[in-house]
Amino acid sequence: MRWLVDNFDVVLDLTKTHLYLSLVPLLIGLAIAVPVGTLVRNVSWIRRITLTVASIAFTIPSLALFVTIPAILGTRILDEINVVIALAVYSTALLIRVVPEALDSVPFAVVDSAQAMGYTSLRRAIGVELPLALPVLVAGIRVVAVTNISLVSVGSVIGIGGLGQLFTQGYQRDYPDQIVAGIISIVFLALIFDAALYLLGRRLTPWTRIGTSAGKKRARA
Amino acid sequence: MITFENVTKRYPEAGGRSAGSTLSGTTAVDSLNLNIEAESFTVFVGPSGCGKTTSMRMINRMITPTSGVITVNGKNIAESDAVKLRRGIGYVIQSAGLLPHRTVVDNVATVPVLRGTSRRAARTAALGVLERVGLDPAFADRYPAQLSGGQQQRVGVARALAADPPILLMDEPFSAVDPVVREDLQTEMLRLQAELKKTIVFVTHDIDEAVRLGDRIAVFGTGGRLQQYDRPEVVLSSPATDFVASFVGRDRGYRGLSFRSADAVPVHDIDTSPVEKLDGLRLEQGQWVLVVTADRAPLGWIDVTGVEGIRAGRSVQESTAAGGSLFTVGGDLRQALDAAISSPSGIGVAVDESGAVVGSLDGSEILEHLAAQRRAEDEARNEHHFGSL
Repeated sequence: MRWLVDNFDVVLDLTKTHLYLSLVPLLIGLAIAVPVGTLVRNVSWIRRITLTVASIAFTIPSLALFVTIPAILGTRILDEINVVIALAVYSTALLIRVVPEALDSVPFAVVDSAQAMGYTSLRRAIGVELPLALPVLVAGIRVVAVTNISLVSVGSVIGIGGLGQLFTQGYQRDYPDQIVAGIISIVFLALIFDAALYLLGRRLTPWTRIGTSAGKKRARA
Repeated sequence: MITFENVTKRYPEAGGRSAGSTLSGTTAVDSLNLNIEAESFTVFVGPSGCGKTTSMRMINRMITPTSGVITVNGKNIAESDAVKLRRGIGYVIQSAGLLPHRTVVDNVATVPVLRGTSRRAARTAALGVLERVGLDPAFADRYPAQLSGGQQQRVGVARALAADPPILLMDEPFSAVDPVVREDLQTEMLRLQAELKKTIVFVTHDIDEAVRLGDRIAVFGTGGRLQQYDRPEVVLSSPATDFVASFVGRDRGYRGLSFRSADAVPVHDIDTSPVEKLDGLRLEQGQWVLVVTADRAPLGWIDVTGVEGIRAGRSVQESTAAGGSLFTVGGDLRQALDAAISSPSGIGVAVDESGAVVGSLDGSEILEHLAAQRRAEDEARNEHHFGSL
């Protein structure tokens, strides 16, 4: 603990890098998976192929991906972009499974009546299906976010910044305090981030909580 | 006006692709020909799987017919833009199909907003529509999940009416609510229709609901074939096929009474007693007296045993037999006969609009009256046939 308190500035700096390296891939993953997942959902054979490809992509070990990306894309080996790209691949692979499942959770009667009222497909997807899919979608996003936070630390093995450096340095210097500081910081970061996403999800879906409290109010009236 | 010309809907065999043969698979609707008049309340009725919902959903192109032509106001709907067509047709489904993530007022404003009205103007207008369907505007900012089933159904109707479409499609809208609420909603629907004069197509499997609401009833049979399309009293009195006869059921004679006026049935004096004077009653064996409140609202029937009970100190509720259904003056023969046969004393109770007792009805006189009405109708028919002789 002593080490963590004394070097708080260093840890804070590493945390910022760590957060950046996990958050950007998540956003890229969302930007790809939401439209693609929405499009492939209703064509069963394309959906099956997409899911298979995504599953295979997720089985590639992260370290292997970190070191092969420079060879494929011609980036420098120590560039942070390698980690961002690798984690974006994982995020997309996970989310592309979540998005269709989240859309499946929307009641058919609601989608059907929206169509019967004269929604166009695009407007219905944005205005009805995605908002109603949010509870399931947010649950999926939380899994991906925490996965990313843990995977970024692997990047330190190939010299990329982030809280994982506390592990590599502490191991090389045989200094357990630093390793413990790394564990505490990463767990703390993951918990904070998860809680933030949970609260954001609640904030965006006020109608999901209202039923029960209103039921009580009605019973009292 | 909506017309169906030789409309057929066939679904391919589930699972397997049928090899070119158009005859395999299920026929949901079989060469339907139907003219739905403008401003009429038409009810599609039939058992499940008879094609009534499929037929209705073809009107707003939610389902595309396999063959045949559907026109709305003379225009073939297959040639119009589906989205635009739907925005001009109100749609209400069972358990309302409201958008759970939008407040009541935003749900009602949906179609006007889709049509390009500003959200603010649409919301203001939506408040007026809520009032029109009998909902307190205080509900406007609630989510659908905060309303009861009946209230949600009213919002569903308000949403369908918000853009003031000339046509309203209603798919078993009231089947998920309890019987009391359902009756309220039916009454409300009849009131709205008298006021708004829409062309309504209403789907139900409940023949009572169909008879109550429809100007015209289309009875669908298994295999998606239209069996009869006529006024409800005709469907009840002269079913076109055995299927219709069995579908409208054994009670159809009784149901048919609801189309006959009871105005000419005599209303007799009735023995009543105020609650507080029950212990002073002197009754003979077999004599019944109606217990009434100070406002003359009926409470129940009492006989000699009941009076003894009162004297022995039992409560009014324990000592009286619950009354039967009430006949409101101006009602139909079905209500009159039901009042008579549901009453423990055998005497039907007639009340006025305020619910105060005005007199009694005799069951056998009601049947005599029915026979007299029938005789008059027969004579009128004979006159018509043989009048020139």
